[in-house]
Amino acid sequence: MNSADKKRLLREMLFARRFEERCYEAYVERKIGGFLHLYPGEEACAFGVLEAARPGHDYVITGYRDHVHAIKCGADPKEVMAELYAKETGSSKGRGGSMHIFDVKHRFMGGYALVGGPFPLAAGMAKAIQMKGGDEIAICFLGDAANNQGTFHESMNMAALWKLPVLYVCENNLYGIGTRIDRSTAVIEQYKRVSAYNIPSAQEDGQDIEKVYKAAEKAIKHVRSGKGPYFLELMTYRYRGHSMSDSNAYRGKDEERMWSKRDPIIMLRDRLIEAGELSKDQYKAMDTEVLEQIEHEIIAFAESSPEPRVEELHKYVVAENDPWVHGGVQGGVRGGVK
Amino acid sequence: MAQMMFWEAVRRAHDEEMTNDPLVICMGEDIGVAGGTYKATNGLFAKYGAERVIDTPISENGFTGLAVGAAFLGVRPIVEIMSVNFAWLALDQLFNSAAKVRYMSGGQLTAPVVVRSPGGTAHQLGAQHSARMEKVFMGIAGLRVVTPSNPRQAYGLLKSAVRCNDPVFINEHELMYNMKGEVPDGEYFMPLEGSEVAREGRDVTLFGYNISVHWCLAAADILAKQFGIEAEVIDLYSLSPLDRDGIRKSVSKTHRAVIVEEAEAPVGVGSEVMAIINEECFFELDAAPVRVSAENVPIPYNHTLEKAVIPDANDVVAAVRKMLGK
Ligand SMILES: Cc1ncc(C[n+]2csc(CCOP(=O)(O)OP(=O)(O)O)c2C)c(N)n1
Ligand SMILES: [Mg+2]
Repeated sequence: MNSADKKRLLREMLFARRFEERCYEAYVERKIGGFLHLYPGEEACAFGVLEAARPGHDYVITGYRDHVHAIKCGADPKEVMAELYAKETGSSKGRGGSMHIFDVKHRFMGGYALVGGPFPLAAGMAKAIQMKGGDEIAICFLGDAANNQGTFHESMNMAALWKLPVLYVCENNLYGIGTRIDRSTAVIEQYKRVSAYNIPSAQEDGQDIEKVYKAAEKAIKHVRSGKGPYFLELMTYRYRGHSMSDSNAYRGKDEERMWSKRDPIIMLRDRLIEAGELSKDQYKAMDTEVLEQIEHEIIAFAESSPEPRVEELHKYVVAENDPWVHGGVQGGVRGGVK
Repeated sequence: MAQMMFWEAVRRAHDEEMTNDPLVICMGEDIGVAGGTYKATNGLFAKYGAERVIDTPISENGFTGLAVGAAFLGVRPIVEIMSVNFAWLALDQLFNSAAKVRYMSGGQLTAPVVVRSPGGTAHQLGAQHSARMEKVFMGIAGLRVVTPSNPRQAYGLLKSAVRCNDPVFINEHELMYNMKGEVPDGEYFMPLEGSEVAREGRDVTLFGYNISVHWCLAAADILAKQFGIEAEVIDLYSLSPLDRDGIRKSVSKTHRAVIVEEAEAPVGVGSEVMAIINEECFFELDAAPVRVSAENVPIPYNHTLEKAVIPDANDVVAAVRKMLGK
C-alpha cells in the first residue's frame, strides 16, 4: 500500500462514514424507513479486506449492514441511497431496502437479513466458481453473533470438505444487538471456532486498515491458490446502535470511549499527517468535498427519483416469459395436456 | 412410449439434463455412491463424478443454501431432500433466500434451484416421517410447487424445472417410486403451470394431486360401474400457482366439486381450491363443495390408526354419493 493508496482509502472510508451519517439524518427525517443498520466504526474491515481482494471480480455477500460493502464493490452510492429512499432508481428498484442492497453487475451478491443466512450462499458461490474454473473467490462478511447459527457450522464443514474458494470475514464488534459476546458465546475468540473444521484462520485488529489489508492479503492468497476456505476475524466496534431503534444502553461509556480512540479513519488520518503525507487542511478539504458530493449528487438524486409504480408490484416475483414454465420447446417435444 | 417406474423416470430426467448442461448438478444425502434412497440418482455418480453428484453431509439448510448460492452463478442444482419431514430444516434457505432473492434484488439475481423431496404417509413410519408438507410450500411467492402423479409427469416436470429460471419445489411421494407408467421416448418438457384432465366426466369433479389422483381415479371407476355417476378427475400437478382456469372450467361443466387431499384439511390444498371455486364460479355450483382430507393428528404408528387417518377411494365414493344423494 503506497501513500497514494492510503490517501485514497482514507477518502473512501471518510466517504462511507459521511454517507452513513447522512443516512441517519435521513432516517430521522423519515425519508428512510424500515430497519437501518449503520457501519461507522467498522470501516477498516470492509475497505481493508476488499482492497486486498478484487472487487467487481470476486463475489461478495454480507448481512443487513451492507451499504458500505456494496459501495466498495463498485455500486453507485447514488443508487444505494435511492434504494434507502425506496425509489425505482435504487439498486434493488426500491424493492429491497437497506438490508437488501444488491449490485450484481459488480458482483455484490446482496445483503441478507437472516442472521447466518449468507454462510451457505457464499459456499455455494464458491462451489460454482470451482466448477467453472475461474480465479474468483467468494467473500462473506458477517458478524460475530452469526457464528452461533447452525449455518455457520454446516457451511464451514462443507467449505472445508470440498475445499471451496471462500473467505469468511467475521466482523467481531463484540455484540449481537444488545447481547455482549461473552453472554452468548462459549468460545470468545471466533477464529478458534473453525479449527474444528481444519480451516486456517487468524484474528486481526479491525480498526487498523493497514493490518486488515495485510491479514486479508494473506487470507486471499490462500483461498485464491485453491487451498480451500479461510476465516479472518477482525476485532472492531460499531459506534452507533445496532439499528436506529437502539439506545446502546447495554454498553458502558468507558468501553465506548476506549473504542472511539481507535477510530479507523482518525488512526489512518493521523498516521498520514505524522508521516507528512497529508495536512490537516487537506483532510478538511477532503471532508468538505465528500459532504458536498453526498448532498448535491447523492441525496439530490435520491430525493428527485421516482417511486416504483404500483402497477409493477408483481414484477420480479418470478421469471418473465420463461418458456419452460409452459413446457418449453427447445430441443424437445412441447409438453401439455395429453 | 416406454413403460418405466417412477424412480426410473426421475433418474432419466437427471441423466438427460446433466448430459445436456455441464452446470447441472445433483446433491443430497446418500444420492451419490449409495445411488439415492429411492434410486432416483442411481448410477449417476459413476457417470458424472463426485463434483456433480454430491453426497452431502446431513445439513439440510446448509446444503440447500449452498445450492442456492451456486445457482446465483449459473449452476443448476437438483437438490434431493431425503424426506419432506427433513425439509423443514431447509425452509429458511428455500423461503428466505431462494424464493425472495429475485424480488428483493429488483430482478438482478435469481435462484434457479430445484428441490425434490418425497412426502406422504408410507407404511407405519411414525409421526416424524409421514408429513404431507405441500401446503407449507404452496403459499410462498417466488417459489413454484409441482407434484407429479405418474412417471411421465415426474420426468417432464423435472426436465422443465431444471431449465426454468425460478426455484421449483417438486413434491414426490414415498409410496410412488415403484409405480409404473408410460413415458415418451423422446425428450418431453411438461408445463410447470396448469392441470390435466385425468378422466372426463360430467356429474362431479374430483380434484386430486400426486397420490390422491389415484384415489380419485379408482373412485371414479367405482362410481361409474356401481352408481352410474360420471366423475371427472382433475390432476392439479401444479400447486403453486394453482390452475384457476382449469378449476373453473371443470366446475362450470360438472357443477359439483370434491377435493381430495392426503394432507389434513386446515390451510391446505382443499381450502385453497374451495376458495378459488368461490371466487371463480360460485354460481355454477349445484352443491356445496366438499373436502376429503386426512384426520388432523400426528401420524400414529399403529397400522389401523394410521389407515384411519389417511383417506382412500372409498371415502371419495362416499363423499360423492352423499353429495348426489345416491
Ligand atoms: C435468524 C435471525 N435471528 C434473529 C435476527 C434478529 N437480529 C438481527 S441482527 C442480530 C444480531 C446479529 O449480530 P452480529 O451477527 O454480531 O452482527 P452485527 O449486527 O453485530 O454486525 C439479531 C439477533 C435475525 N435478523 N435473523
Ligand atoms: Mg456483532
